[in-house]
Formats: sequence, structure tokens, C-alpha cells
Amino acid sequence: MTMRSPIGRVRGLGAAKSGTAHFWLQRVTAVANVPLVIGFVVIVVALLGRNHGAVVQTLGSPIVAIAMLLFILSVTSHMRLGMQVIIEDYVHHEGRRIVALIANTFFSVVIGLTCAYAILKLSFGV
Amino acid sequence: MAETRVPVERPLSPHWTIYHPALTMLMSIAHRITGGALYFGTLLVAWWLIAAATGPNGYAAVQWFMGTLIGRLILFGHTWALLHHMLGGVRHLIWDTGRGFGPTEREWLVRATLFGSITLTVVLWVVGYLVLGASR
Repeated sequence: MTMRSPIGRVRGLGAAKSGTAHFWLQRVTAVANVPLVIGFVVIVVALLGRNHGAVVQTLGSPIVAIAMLLFILSVTSHMRLGMQVIIEDYVHHEGRRIVALIANTFFSVVIGLTCAYAILKLSFGV
Repeated sequence: MAETRVPVERPLSPHWTIYHPALTMLMSIAHRITGGALYFGTLLVAWWLIAAATGPNGYAAVQWFMGTLIGRLILFGHTWALLHHMLGGVRHLIWDTGRGFGPTEREWLVRATLFGSITLTVVLWVVGYLVLGASR
């Protein structure tokens, strides 16, 4: 039996205890994604059908590599937040929800770091 | 003084199945589905980048797969999902400012994002095939 009223529980940082951080980061990464996705699409189209050497040279060049790294960072952050909302909406069993939320973070971080590693390797040529 | 507080039965918003289908609703659902698809589509991006970083043989395998009918279909779907989610996101950013909620404005916005994503996907693929043709 809690002595707190429902309104009292959601005041301040709210029921999730994180305030508007999720909402805000979702929007900030969404805004960043617009130019970054356009850049990514241009890079992919420019590399269509090119041989491996040409692709390595382009992806390893500083401007393209930095654009790709920013794209990966913003997209994997954004997709982690989005999938979190989908999981919270549809996975009602608490244990399964927690497992799914952890798996979501793992997947996003693995994808992000794998892509970043590949881009850095192409840039530094090691 | 110690009185037990009875939880108030608060009204819940009815589930979506009760509503007549509307384009705004379908675009909202499409936004979530394309977002979920793009989430797993990042596996393709990771495969492409790792293959490029690994060497010519690995890269040739990616190019071979993307050239098959299944590969092309996945790429085409990925292109549309990416553009649709991007334009849908812009629509949501406009809505975040409190604008564009009028009956004609919201219909116009969802039509524009759907028309825009389909048109851009087709244009991009025409450009893609021209680039592919020129590189051979």
C-alpha cells in the first residue's frame, strides 16, 4: 500500500525515472539521421558495381569515413530507442521484457561497434 | 483517520481495432513496421562494411548476393523502408511542433510522405541502374 498518489509518482522524472531523456534523444538522433541517411544513400549509389579496390578507397577517405561513422552512431542510437518502445508496448511478461530490452541494447551496440571497426580499419588500412 | 484508498477505475483508450481504418493510422503503423525492418536491415550494412574491410573475396560474396533476385528484392524493400521512415520521421518532427494536425493538413502530410517515399525509391533505383550500367 503506497501512500503516494498517482500524480505524485509521475511528477519530476516520471514513472520511468528518466524524464524526457528518451523522447529527446529520439528526436535529436532523428534530426541528425536526415542528412546522414541522405549521405549514406549517396555513398552507396556512388559505389554500386564498383570493384573492391575502389570501394575501399572511397570508404576509407576521411570525409566519407567520418560521415559513415556519424551515420552509424546516430542510427544505432535511434534504432535502440525505437525498438525499446516496441518491446515495452508488446512484451507484457516482465521477465521476457527485461531479456528483450537487454538483447536490444546488445544488438545495437554490436552492430554499431562492428560497423565502426570496419570503417576505421578501411581508413587506417591495418 | 487511516482510510484505504480505493484505486480509481480510469478509462482506457480503446484499442486500434475499434476504429475505422484511416490513412493516418496506416502510416503510423507503417512507420513502426519500417522502423522495425530497418533495425534488422542494419545487419546488411554491417555485412557490407565488414566484407569491404575483409578483402576482395568477401566483398565479391556481398556483390553476388545483392545481384540475385532475392538480394535485389531485399535491397528494394530496404530502400523504400529507409525513405518512408525518414519522410515519416520528418512528418513527426513537424507534428512535434504542434503544427499540421488540421483535418486537411494531416491528410496532406501522410499522402505527401507516402507519395514521396514511393517516388524517391523508384527514382533512386533508376539512378542506381544507370550508375551500375556506367560502371560496367
